[in-house]
Amino acid sequence: MKSVDDKRFQIIGHIVMIVLSAVAVIPIILLVVSSFTDNDVLVRNGYSFLPEKLSVYAYQYIFKTGNSVIHAYGISVLLTLTGTILSILITTLLAYALSKSNLPYKNLITFIVFFTMLFNGGLVPTYMNYTNVFNIKNTFWALLVPSLLCNGFNVLLMKSYFVSSIPGEIMEAAYIDGASEFKVFYRIALPLAKPIVATIGLFSGIGYWNDWMNGFIYLTKRTDLYSIQNLLNRTMQNIQFLSQYSTNVKEAGAGLAAIPSVSIRMAMAVVGILPILVIYPFVQKNFVKGITLGGVKG
Amino acid sequence: MANKNNNTVQSSHKKKYARFIPLYIMALPGLLYLFINNFMPMPGLVLAFKKYNASKGIWGSDWIGFKNFKYLFATQDAFVITRNTILYNVAFIIIGTISSIAVAIILSELHHRIKNFYQSVILLPFMISMVIVSYLAFGFLSTDNGFINNSILKPLGIEPVSWYREKNYWPFILVFINTWKGIGYSCIIYLAAIIGFDRSVYESSAIDGATKWQQITKITLPLLKPTIIMLTLLAVGRIFYSDFGLFYQVPQNQGALFPVTNTIDTYVYRGLIQLGDISMTAAAGLYQSVVGFVLVISVNLIVRKIEPENALF
Repeated sequence: MKSVDDKRFQIIGHIVMIVLSAVAVIPIILLVVSSFTDNDVLVRNGYSFLPEKLSVYAYQYIFKTGNSVIHAYGISVLLTLTGTILSILITTLLAYALSKSNLPYKNLITFIVFFTMLFNGGLVPTYMNYTNVFNIKNTFWALLVPSLLCNGFNVLLMKSYFVSSIPGEIMEAAYIDGASEFKVFYRIALPLAKPIVATIGLFSGIGYWNDWMNGFIYLTKRTDLYSIQNLLNRTMQNIQFLSQYSTNVKEAGAGLAAIPSVSIRMAMAVVGILPILVIYPFVQKNFVKGITLGGVKG
Repeated sequence: MANKNNNTVQSSHKKKYARFIPLYIMALPGLLYLFINNFMPMPGLVLAFKKYNASKGIWGSDWIGFKNFKYLFATQDAFVITRNTILYNVAFIIIGTISSIAVAIILSELHHRIKNFYQSVILLPFMISMVIVSYLAFGFLSTDNGFINNSILKPLGIEPVSWYREKNYWPFILVFINTWKGIGYSCIIYLAAIIGFDRSVYESSAIDGATKWQQITKITLPLLKPTIIMLTLLAVGRIFYSDFGLFYQVPQNQGALFPVTNTIDTYVYRGLIQLGDISMTAAAGLYQSVVGFVLVISVNLIVRKIEPENALF
């Protein structure tokens, strides 16, 4: 009785999950196949999973003549590396300090960090602050600094990890041996906090790699600072702009000639998600763990 | 004698604080950043009550009281953006919650190890940027080359649809994409809760002849209730905020779709960057910040009543 029931559930369950998994990856497969499709076939038949003719032209183009793609890629890599390292550093140090129960004014500082999660000025004042006070518009800082470096949630998540998972006695013993605060942090706390550091580094790295908002808002002139996301975004905008506003066919034709062909655009997008697809199998366990931690906390 | 004692107390006090200096130094970069990024902009919210003049700056501009709000709420926009933001969030909460609980239950009950693979695959869309999601959507929806028009509608003899001009489809498209992107993430939280449940309850119910369906409806769902309430309340606290990328990038900022894609966040962006109407935009921003703040606080009060250990504060 029970085994029949269970068997039925197992079969339905597997079917549902196979369908959902397929739905999750099908758009990505369509993107990848399109990037390998001959451009003329793509224009004639549209996007397809089984194209008439395959071609690696789009990738050849990107790697031979597509300087802007390589350049934007370089910016994305640089941004992700600096951003992730800085963000781990800042977040971990602040969280470590807040994890010390005897730190004077600890509650006040914790509240200040926590308040950033409850209330924020929003886009307009933030934009005015960064453009008028700090003048970061059209600089690399614009990609690196606004909203991504450190947030209250990660600090508090890490703080609770330090409090709950690192035995105070070990650190106490180190203090008695005369170790400095920095040494205790670096030699004892940090190695023990590896899982949470990895998780927050992962969140932060993906955040930086995927971010297009900062460049979208603050890079109005310096297109040479575009990350791969900004370049993809701009390309799509140009196509929309032309298809919307060119009444003159000739003008539209001239404009479209300057825009990469369909297959090249798809190849650019593939190149844009490639790092995520490559590292994903290795980090997804950590990622799941991190989400569970964060979800339980709040 | 007393004097000497006093001295040692004082110096030990100093020593005590000196001990913490390294910790304050460690906390400094993070606090400085939060100050710059989160606190420094806050006074700028007064712009909502001013007529912004770039040459006079934020503080020099003239006060005009609630005029910006009057203008904002006199337009149809205020209603449309509020309605869209709230209705989409309600749809996301309902559909997202039901689907992720269903997936979490299925994943928890499957025996075969391949379930870990399923879980990884459905989480993949979560890792993709909205810009690339807009490319993926374009692959299906493009009027000229799109998969739906060319490979589904054409063979069926149905006229192609101009997806980016027809607003009626977009509520469904956006809800679908949001679920597609988020289900892998939200089911993890429910799955973690289900895995934590006491298995012996299930075993004894199985001995009593309970079916899978009965176990799910009579054991799993009631046990999940606190988690569901918590996550729903937290989402309600964010109901005045929307994912800018989803509503701006995926519909490609198409004017014909604004009635169903304009949310508070896209409105504020367009007002600030494209129209340069700083004062009115600041009013819309303040409206969002304040209502959002009130919602988070009230939701937390409710949570504290129901489940004190899950309250944020």
